[in-house]
Amino acid sequence: MRKWLLAAAAIYAITVTGAAAQGYPTRNITMVIPFAAGGPTDTVGRLIAEAMTKALGQTVVVENVAGAGGTRAAGQVAKAPADGYQILLHHIGMSTAPTLYRKLPFNVISDFETIGLVTDAPMSLIGKPGLEAKNFAEVLQYVKTQKDKVSYGNAGVGSASHLCGMLLMSTMGVQMTTIPYNGTGPAMTDLLGGQIDLMCDQTTNTTSQIKGGKVKAYGVTTKTRVKSLSDLPTLDEAGLKGFEVAVWHGLYAPKGTPADVVAKLTAALQAALKDQKVIDRFADLGTEPVAQAEATPAAHKKKLESEIARWRPLIQAAGVYAD
Amino acid sequence: MIELLSNLAIGFDQALTATNIFYCFIGVLLGTAVGVLPGLGPVATIAMLLPITFGLPPVSALIMLAGIYYGAQYGGSTTAILINLPGESSSVVTAIDGYKLAQQGKAGVALFTSAVGSFFAGTVATFLIAGFAPPLAEVALKFGPAEYFSLMVLGLAASVALAHGSIVKALAMVVLGLLLGTMGQDLYTGAPRFNFGLVELADGIDFVALAMGVFGIGEIIRNLEDSTERKLVYSPISNFRYFIIGPVLLAVAGTLEYLDIGPSFNFLGHNPNVLSMVVAVPSLGLFGYHLSHLMKDLVPTKEELKSIIAPILRGTVIGSFLGILPGGGAILGSFGAYTIEKRISKTPERFGKGAIEGVAAPEAANNAGAQTSFIPMLTLGIPSNPVMALMIGAMIIQGIVPGPNVINDKPELFWGIVASMWLGNFLLLVLNLPLIGIWVKLLTVPYRVLFPAIIAVCCIGVYSVSNNPFDVYWMAIFGVIGYFLIKLDCEPAPLLLGFVIGRLLEEYLRRAMLLSRGDPFVFFQRPISAVLMILAILALVIVLIPSVSKKRDEAFREETK
Repeated sequence: MRKWLLAAAAIYAITVTGAAAQGYPTRNITMVIPFAAGGPTDTVGRLIAEAMTKALGQTVVVENVAGAGGTRAAGQVAKAPADGYQILLHHIGMSTAPTLYRKLPFNVISDFETIGLVTDAPMSLIGKPGLEAKNFAEVLQYVKTQKDKVSYGNAGVGSASHLCGMLLMSTMGVQMTTIPYNGTGPAMTDLLGGQIDLMCDQTTNTTSQIKGGKVKAYGVTTKTRVKSLSDLPTLDEAGLKGFEVAVWHGLYAPKGTPADVVAKLTAALQAALKDQKVIDRFADLGTEPVAQAEATPAAHKKKLESEIARWRPLIQAAGVYAD
Repeated sequence: MIELLSNLAIGFDQALTATNIFYCFIGVLLGTAVGVLPGLGPVATIAMLLPITFGLPPVSALIMLAGIYYGAQYGGSTTAILINLPGESSSVVTAIDGYKLAQQGKAGVALFTSAVGSFFAGTVATFLIAGFAPPLAEVALKFGPAEYFSLMVLGLAASVALAHGSIVKALAMVVLGLLLGTMGQDLYTGAPRFNFGLVELADGIDFVALAMGVFGIGEIIRNLEDSTERKLVYSPISNFRYFIIGPVLLAVAGTLEYLDIGPSFNFLGHNPNVLSMVVAVPSLGLFGYHLSHLMKDLVPTKEELKSIIAPILRGTVIGSFLGILPGGGAILGSFGAYTIEKRISKTPERFGKGAIEGVAAPEAANNAGAQTSFIPMLTLGIPSNPVMALMIGAMIIQGIVPGPNVINDKPELFWGIVASMWLGNFLLLVLNLPLIGIWVKLLTVPYRVLFPAIIAVCCIGVYSVSNNPFDVYWMAIFGVIGYFLIKLDCEPAPLLLGFVIGRLLEEYLRRAMLLSRGDPFVFFQRPISAVLMILAILALVIVLIPSVSKKRDEAFREETK
């Protein structure tokens, strides 16, 4: 009897593991999100996960592994079995981690397979309600005369708002006083209360405040205007030539994941990005899915490499490290 | 006033639909359950339930999530009182006197006080939100880094009152807590501090792991060394078994209404289901009948009842106000309420040994704070704590972008949530009063069964906070440390207060100094900050003046064993 059971178990095991390559996916897939539930990246991830579930025929479960600026989650996925059952959704932070963290226990390039880009979330430059500057030209003037008397809030070392501030100061050629916060929420609170002067944050967080007239808005950080805030000029048009930063998101699998599995994930991602609900909700967040050609492993890898190269000198010049 | 009433009418119209009552009930039920399970908190629960809410209408989804949050505040005090296990920072102080009361066989009275105090505070806070949410949110914005720093200093200066033993040991515990709070990444420079090169420690120690360790596991180890059987006295509560029938039938009626089986009839513009009403009416009668019987066993004596009214009122006021502040003010609510009760009590020596006021005030404060912490989220779209951040995430996925316009654009959502809060508080009271009997009975479970169960749940709870197995190891380590602290007569409550306040204290100090370009007088130049600072200095002076100090020493002198 026992022998029979063993044999049955063995056959089952062979079928199941054998099927993993051909019949992928045969069970739930975990999408690891490196930030706490409820934040903008989490929202992007959950919307994509829901839509990918439809495309893959298996539930994509979101797991929030917050901590250490997103590197804890990336480290976990880097060491996960390369079978496509654990994938990572990360944002621009993936490209700054190799510079911000000098002792990273994984390699951003060689430990991951890129699946595809998801979205480029725009950011916007906003000011406290009492700030006199009416447009970006006046902000530029104000910052140039007041220099470090102007305070700039961000959501902590390595956050998107930190990166935007770094790029802003280097492009303007002026150092403001940086005030770090533990996340965007408290920074927004202090901006609304007039404790700090300026902040640059994802439109996810700023749109409702801008539309409610609670903050001054000076521009968006993307190349083109944002649909939901069409009155707002880009910083590039407003006088900061060549300025561009977007919180780009991408999906990753551990290195060595079979090519056909990655292809299935890419296809599911592309299907998700065409999902009307995803498009609608992304629009609420002031963003939109990337073009289908961007949601591919090659485009994603190229973006990752160019972003690493772009941020390295900026971070090194600022001399800010997270370890 | 008329506007307020019409707004509330919109709200109750939303909240009192069968569907929303159902989700509100599910929310508070789940909330109570995770609150009671040590370590499992509303954050993990709401995060897990987020996908389920996607398919619900937005109002129902938010009503359910809100129910989980304040339900957990109710449930959290249950374990604090019964087994000395506070799952949330807000129930740490409840454990001090609540657990002592349980040891004296008055667990029922303590739980009753907690439930009634919470209900009262919740009701007041709901009306506060309904009437004054937008102006209160503006007040909250007046609090900048300098004001928060001064508030934390005041909290710290008052924290000594938490001790009921040696004052030196209490101070030592506060300092130890402050030091533990410095572990993890430095917010301002990104520099790692005291993390021993471990990625798992990059963000410091988790509060839940620390609290579960020093309170719960430490207490369990200490109990194990006692060969004498349990210290807890169990006072039997009759009737509670029958009491369950009413609520169960009500739940059945609710389900019937929800499923809408069979015919329905017209009642004041609503269409209740006939079948559900047939069940609901007698169940209400049964409920009332058993409630009146049960009350005889639970209701405190007249003197006890008298002594909890004023503390509940004071706790409500303090908790409501501090809850509005998004920068960690809510944490101080229950601590502040306890401190004030002890300060103004004629018999402060009873505190820490089972003073009912020491349960009533902080319980009212933390529930009031839990409600008012919705104010910044609902009116400004800014989260005051991780739970509110999750609620914002849930709203965004539902297609509602929270912000200053929600109150005008989606009045039915705003007022529906507000009205559901009162409903939820009422449901919690109805749910929890009968459960008290069951909870108290829990104390009769033998230790050999109870302890492994507690430890298992603690492990799951601590792990669920951020899916990090390392936190579980920390809990074990702090369990051992907690045991030695108990042996040394050092109390864990000041340690936890120091830990929580320490991080905020540093954050706000450095932020205020950055903004003032290093001018320390900023704390005295801004009016709100100056008042708080002066209060803190006064509190310290009172401790330092010898004559007062002598009296205090008497008050705090350790019981001779």
